[in-house]
Amino acid sequence: MFNPYLPYPVRIKEVRVETEDKSLKSFWLEFMKPEDAEAFKYTPGQFAELSVSGYGEIPIGIASSPTEGKDLLFTVNKVGCVTSKLHNMQAGEVMGVRGPLGNHYPFDRMEGKDIVIVAGGFAVTTLRSTVVYMLHPDNRDRFGKITFIYGARTPGMLLYENEWSEWQKRDDIDCHITVDQEFPGWEGLVGFVPTVTEQVAPKPDNAIALICGPPIMIRFTQPVFDKLGWQPEQIVMSLENRMKCGIGICGRCNVGPEYVCKDGPVFTKAQLDQMPKEY
Amino acid sequence: MDFEAVTQKIREIAKRLLSEGQVDAVLGYREGTVPMRERPFFAYTPEEAEQLVWTPFCCNNLANFLIRKPKGEIGKWGIVAQGCVTRNLVGLIQENQLKREELFIIGVPSPGMVDRRKVLDKFPGKTISQVLVEGEELVIKGPGLDERLDMKTVKRDNCYTCIQRNPVIVDEMACDKAENDSMGGDIDKMAAPWESLDPDQRWQAFYDNFKDCIRCYACRDACPLCYCHVCFVDESQPQWCGKTQDFADVATFHLLRAFHCAGRCTDCGACESACPVGIKMRRLTSKIEKDIRQMYGYRPGLEIEATPPMSVYKPNDPEDFIK
Amino acid sequence: MADKILAKDKLPEFLAQLEKEHRVYAPQLQGDDYRWAPLEQAGDVVWDFSNTRLSPKEFFFPQTECMMRFVNDPADPEGMIMKPEEPLDEKRVLMNIRPCDAKAFGVLDLIFCQDDYTDDPYWRDKREKTLLVALACNDPCPQCFCTSVGCGPHSEAGSDLLLVDLGDKLLVKVTSERGAAFAEGLEEAGEDDQKKAAELKKAAEDKLAQNLTVGTDKIAQKEVLELFDDPMWDRVWESCLNCGTCTFCCPTCHCFDIQDETQGKEGRRVRNWDWCMHWLFTRHGSGHNPRGTSKERVRQRFMHKFKYIPLKRGGEIGCVGCGRCVVLCPVNIDVREVVNQMNA
Repeated sequence: MFNPYLPYPVRIKEVRVETEDKSLKSFWLEFMKPEDAEAFKYTPGQFAELSVSGYGEIPIGIASSPTEGKDLLFTVNKVGCVTSKLHNMQAGEVMGVRGPLGNHYPFDRMEGKDIVIVAGGFAVTTLRSTVVYMLHPDNRDRFGKITFIYGARTPGMLLYENEWSEWQKRDDIDCHITVDQEFPGWEGLVGFVPTVTEQVAPKPDNAIALICGPPIMIRFTQPVFDKLGWQPEQIVMSLENRMKCGIGICGRCNVGPEYVCKDGPVFTKAQLDQMPKEY
Repeated sequence: MDFEAVTQKIREIAKRLLSEGQVDAVLGYREGTVPMRERPFFAYTPEEAEQLVWTPFCCNNLANFLIRKPKGEIGKWGIVAQGCVTRNLVGLIQENQLKREELFIIGVPSPGMVDRRKVLDKFPGKTISQVLVEGEELVIKGPGLDERLDMKTVKRDNCYTCIQRNPVIVDEMACDKAENDSMGGDIDKMAAPWESLDPDQRWQAFYDNFKDCIRCYACRDACPLCYCHVCFVDESQPQWCGKTQDFADVATFHLLRAFHCAGRCTDCGACESACPVGIKMRRLTSKIEKDIRQMYGYRPGLEIEATPPMSVYKPNDPEDFIK
Repeated sequence: MADKILAKDKLPEFLAQLEKEHRVYAPQLQGDDYRWAPLEQAGDVVWDFSNTRLSPKEFFFPQTECMMRFVNDPADPEGMIMKPEEPLDEKRVLMNIRPCDAKAFGVLDLIFCQDDYTDDPYWRDKREKTLLVALACNDPCPQCFCTSVGCGPHSEAGSDLLLVDLGDKLLVKVTSERGAAFAEGLEEAGEDDQKKAAELKKAAEDKLAQNLTVGTDKIAQKEVLELFDDPMWDRVWESCLNCGTCTFCCPTCHCFDIQDETQGKEGRRVRNWDWCMHWLFTRHGSGHNPRGTSKERVRQRFMHKFKYIPLKRGGEIGCVGCGRCVVLCPVNIDVREVVNQMNA
C-alpha cells in the first residue's frame, strides 16, 4: 500500500548559491525513477519534504513550476542540522523528496482576476513557481494584470535574478524589485516592501493578492492593503511552521484546528483572522 | 504532627502576608482530586489562601516552581517549605537562580511524606477512592475496602533517611520545629543499595530498574535542580542522547541527569513521586551523593555561605582518580 | 448477530480458537499495576481489574517505531535510498481491553487514516491485524468519566467483541463483522442473561454519574477564538511541569517526532512519541517558537483534544474519559476540572 512517509529517491542535478552570504542555496533535483516523476504532480503553492538520509527532513516550498518539466527546484536556507548537511551536498548525490504536500494557491479563484504578488526575502520561493506558471503561454490569458513586488535587504540577497531580470523585460507583468536601502551599483527601486507596495497602490477591484514574507513585512504590508480597500478574502498568504509528518497526523504544525501541512500552507486572510495567532 | 493545625496556621500566615502586601503570591499545596496526592497551588489573594493545606501527601518539591515562573512577574514569593525544600532553596540561591530577599519562607518540619505506591501495593488490584489521615494512621477506603495503616510503614524511601526535617532557612514557622532533624534512618547505610553487588548483578539491577522508563521526563521536570534552558537531551547540534526507547538512550538520560545533580541533590524524592511508572531513580543520585559525602564531606543545601564542591576548584582537591 | 454466551470454564477453548492465528495479549498484574502482556494460559485472564496503567496504544503506535531503513553508504548503488520497514508478522488479539481504550482506537483511526494520501500504513497494518475483545466495565473507577465524552462502561464502539462479565459466564456482544467469525460457535444468550447485562450496565452508568462529570456541550457551541482567549488559561498552566506523562498514558494522544539515526553503514528513520507540552515541539529552526510559553502549550493540549479534534473529525472528542491522566499527573492537574471550565 502507498506509504506517504517514504520519500522518492532523487539526485541533485545542480546547486546554485543564491545569496551573497551563501545562506541560501538552490537545488535542482531530478527523480531517479520515471514513475515517481509521473506521480509527483504539483501546483504552485505546494511544498515537499526534502529528505536527507541520516539527518532528517525539512518542509520547503516548491520553487519550480510544473511547466518547467519534471525536475524540481528548491531554495533552502541554512538553519540547522538537515539544512547544514544539505548545503554541503554536491550535484550527483542522492536524497529524497516527499510530496507534493499541502494546498496550492487558489488558481480557480484567481482566474480572470488581476493578481498582485508581494514577496519579501526568501519567502519568494513558491511565488517564483506561481509567476513562472502564470506567465507560461498555456496559462497567461487565464489571468488579468500581474503585478510582482519583491524586496530583499540588499541586492546580494535577492533570489532568482535570472528569472526576474527576464520578467522585467516583458510587458505582460509589472515588476517592482526593491532593496531596503541604497546600495552601490543598484539602480532599481529602493525602499521597504510595504513602502513600495503603497507607491504601486494595487487596486482591489477584481483582484487577488498573494503575500509571502517575514512576519515584520506582513505586519507593515497588511495596513497598506487595508487602506486601499482590499477585503480579507482577497488576500492569500502562505504560512510556515515546524513540521514532521507533513500529512496532517503528527500534530505539530497546527494553528488552531488547521494543520499548516494539510489544510494550508495557503490560507486567506479571512481564514487567518478566525485562527489563533500561534504561528 | 497535627496536620489540621498546621494547615490553619499556614492559611493564617499566608492570608496575612497577602493582605499586607508582603508577598505577591504564596506557593503551597491545595487538596488534590485523587487520593494521596495534593497539588501545588499559587495563592494570589487572601481568599485563595483559604485553600492551602498541609498533609502527608505533599509530594512535590515546591522550589521547582519558583524557577519555572517567568521572571519579573512576581516580586516576592511566599513558599511553604519543609527541610529538603529549603535545602533546594539554599542551592538555588547559591547558583544565582533565586535571591534570598525574594522569598518569605513559611517553614514546616517534614512529617515524612506518604508513598502512594506503597499504599497501593498493600491492596493489589483494589480501587482506592479515599485516604484520610487520623492521628498516625491512614484510613483507606474503596469498594470493599476499609482498612487502616500505620503511616510510618508507608513513607517514601527518602523520608526514612531524612537528615534535615526542619527548614534550614525560614522566615516564619507554621508550627514548632521537630526535636530531631533526622528521621532515624542511616543514610550512609541505606544509600546506594547496589554497592554490594558485583558488576554483572549491578548492570542487571540497573536494567531492571530503568527498563520501564517511558521518557516522559517527569523526574527531570519535577526536580528543582533541572533548570537548564536547554536540557542535554533536547540538544540537537550535536545530539547527545537519542530519543528512542533503545535502552542505551534511556540509560544515558538517567545516568547523565544523575551526574548533573551531583553535589546538589537533597534527596527530596520528588522525582520518584512524579514518575508515572514507579522507577527508583534515586538509586543513582543516592550513590553519587554518598560519594560526595565521602570525598568532600559535603551535604548540599545546609548553609547558604557554603561553596558546593562541584562548583569550586581548590588546588588540594583529591586527584587520585587521575592515573 | 445475536448476543452469545461464553461460560468462563469454556474460556480455554475459546482462546484456543483465537490462538490458531493470533497471539493473545491481556492485562496482567505485574508489580503493583496491570500491564499488557502475552497471555500464556487461560487461567491468567483477570476479570476484576480497573484498567492498565498505560494504554494499549503501543500495539498500534509503538513508542519507538522504525519506519524505514537505508544503507548509509553513498558508494552503494542502493545507498541513501529509504526502504520501508516490513509489516507486522503476527496477528494479535487484545483480550479484555476496556471499552474506553477500544473506542480510542476508533478515534485515532479518523486521524491516522484520513483520505487517500493521509493514510498511515504502519497504523493501518497493525489495526487490520489486531482483534479487540473488549470487557465491559461493571465497576468503573473514581477517575473515569467516559459517559461525559461520548463513551460508556459498556460502549461497543471500536471493539470486535464486547464481553460482559455476568459472574460465571460472559455475555458476548458481536460488535463488528470480524468479531462475528469468532462468536459463531457460541450458544445464544437467553433473556435473563440480556437482562442481567442491562442491569450491570445501568449500575455502572449510575456509578459514573457519582464521579466528577464533565460537560462538553457548550464547548461545541463556542467559537475557537472565544475558548482560546478565555482568561481561565492564565491559571491552568501554573503548576504544569510540561512533562510527557499525560500524553504518554493517554489512549488518544498521537503526536510523534520523526528522527534519523545512523550507526556505521546502517541508517534508519524512526518515529517516537512526542508531547505538545514540550517547548521543542513547535520550535522553528530559526529559534522562533509559536508556543514558547508553558501557558500556550497547556492550552494547546486541551483545545486540541476538546475543540480542534471535534471540529475536524465530525464531532468526535479526542478523549475517552479513561482517567489515566488524572491519576498519573505529578501535579494533579485534573482534565475534568479544566474541561468544565472550558464548558462554563
